[in-house]
Amino acid sequence: MDARETAELSGGGLFAFSAEQPLELDSGGRIEGLEIAYRTWGALNAERSNAILVCHALTLDQHVTGRHPLTGKPGWWSRLVGPGLPLDPARHFIICANVVGGCMGSTGPSSINPATGKPWGLAFPMITIADMVRAQAMLVEALGIDRLFAVVGGSMGGMQVLQWAADYPERLFAAVCIAAAARHSAQNIAFHEVGRQAIMADPDWRGGDYASLGVRPEKGLAVARMAAHITYLSEPALQRKFGRELQRDGLSWGFDADFQVESYLRHQGETFVDRFDANAYLYITRAMDYFDLAAAHGGSLAAAFQRARDVRFCVVSFTSDWLYPTVESRSIVRALNAAGARASFVEIESDRGHDAFLLDEPVLREALAGFLGSAALAWNAS
Amino acid sequence: MSAPAPREDFKEIARLVRPGARVLDVGCGEGTLLELLAREKQVDGRGIEISPDGVSACLTRGLAVMQGDADRDLDFFPAGAFDYVILSQTLQAVLRPRHVLGELLRIGGQAIVSLPNFGHWRARLDLLFKGRMPVTGALPEAWWETPNIHLCTVADFTALCDEMGLRIDACAALSEGKPARPAKAGGAIENWRAEAALFLLSRRDR
Repeated sequence: MDARETAELSGGGLFAFSAEQPLELDSGGRIEGLEIAYRTWGALNAERSNAILVCHALTLDQHVTGRHPLTGKPGWWSRLVGPGLPLDPARHFIICANVVGGCMGSTGPSSINPATGKPWGLAFPMITIADMVRAQAMLVEALGIDRLFAVVGGSMGGMQVLQWAADYPERLFAAVCIAAAARHSAQNIAFHEVGRQAIMADPDWRGGDYASLGVRPEKGLAVARMAAHITYLSEPALQRKFGRELQRDGLSWGFDADFQVESYLRHQGETFVDRFDANAYLYITRAMDYFDLAAAHGGSLAAAFQRARDVRFCVVSFTSDWLYPTVESRSIVRALNAAGARASFVEIESDRGHDAFLLDEPVLREALAGFLGSAALAWNAS
Repeated sequence: MSAPAPREDFKEIARLVRPGARVLDVGCGEGTLLELLAREKQVDGRGIEISPDGVSACLTRGLAVMQGDADRDLDFFPAGAFDYVILSQTLQAVLRPRHVLGELLRIGGQAIVSLPNFGHWRARLDLLFKGRMPVTGALPEAWWETPNIHLCTVADFTALCDEMGLRIDACAALSEGKPARPAKAGGAIENWRAEAALFLLSRRDR
């Protein structure tokens, strides 16, 4: 199958749930008239047994592969999803949905609040990782899939994978959790708080009502992105890419972007605001901070996976990822082992930091292909 | 393509393991033994392997393997999680052999442990006549490159088992390329004769 045929096989759209099917939230609230924007690649087979749900990270979206409609760039996992790749539309029916609380079409803080006719802003209810997963489960069910072959995700997507296993173990056969953690650490929360404070300190944020007032807190959101972006890289990766290289000959003796690394970060911030909503950034980072899978199960992560003993897990970490370091993945694997689940774990040598899960990492590709390939054999044999 | 003939020690392990058992192979490499046990004994197998390439190869074979090592990663398995825990030619390379041995028999009903025998006559002669650290089939590396940091003889190992309250349920002598041979663990002769030995162990109090 060539790239064009794959593109032709891609589908999706906006799934609007009726008011009778509200999304019940952990906070106690509910969202009526939930809309979930999603994309699919490949075709669901007659047995409905080849569906893979991909869960996206904080600032990514449902455009896993193919051209992104806003940025025009290739999708964030086009190295892993496509013809001949581990997630192959020729074999799998691949689904990715924008998380609830997001800003790429699913219901979120920039959606219109039916009660006021204006964007929700901070009146939008708080969202958790479990809420995101509950919305995905509603979509998967609506698509007529009783049991997913696999749920796969990196970073915040990996948290959703763990939540899937804890909440709907009977609805997935295999789970792949990459560069993630079962809870947010103090350092994770701290960095997110810096980002949120940057957004809220922007005068154009207007208490979250900027959309109704026709302004955008672009400076604050850009700073949030700059700070976060550093956490996605590693010190050696930054050093290799930029070192102390200057933008121009000589120093400006001022506060222009003298260093290439400054210019790079500013560019990251500036382009981010074109595709992301500030309030969505607040809500999703909060959801991640609130994430603590063990806490929801009496403090025992193994208890969270007690019902997931029949799920095949593959956990992946990267040596230089200091945002969600290997020790976090190890504690997930230990809990899975303690629960008696079938867990594989691989730590991939990479100096590219957290972002390695999005980059060309042959070991990741091979591990994913090997795991999904053998899982498919076992799934078809069962 | 037919699979290459399994190693003699793997054949012996496959002979010892009950069909359908829960097995943990510590230091499982590319999963050759686990695959053999799955095929011939229908075991529910898990592995621990230190190298990412080994883990990757295991994933491709459909095996559940976690990257880790015997020194650090056994403590987190619950007691009695497995019927057998296998540690093949590795105990002499871990930092805390006594601790690891104890862990094998905490998480497993039985342990299958194989080791090179430093008491083998060739090793003894190397020391006696050449005054050099032995380099033999079972101990192929020079002292400065060997991963083996806690070498012992069959007699040393059986003494440790005794001290730890472990029972030797079976013992086999291993020689390069030859079928495993049933052996008497406590015998002085085996301590001379066996290049390597394989033990099936359990706790006396169970």
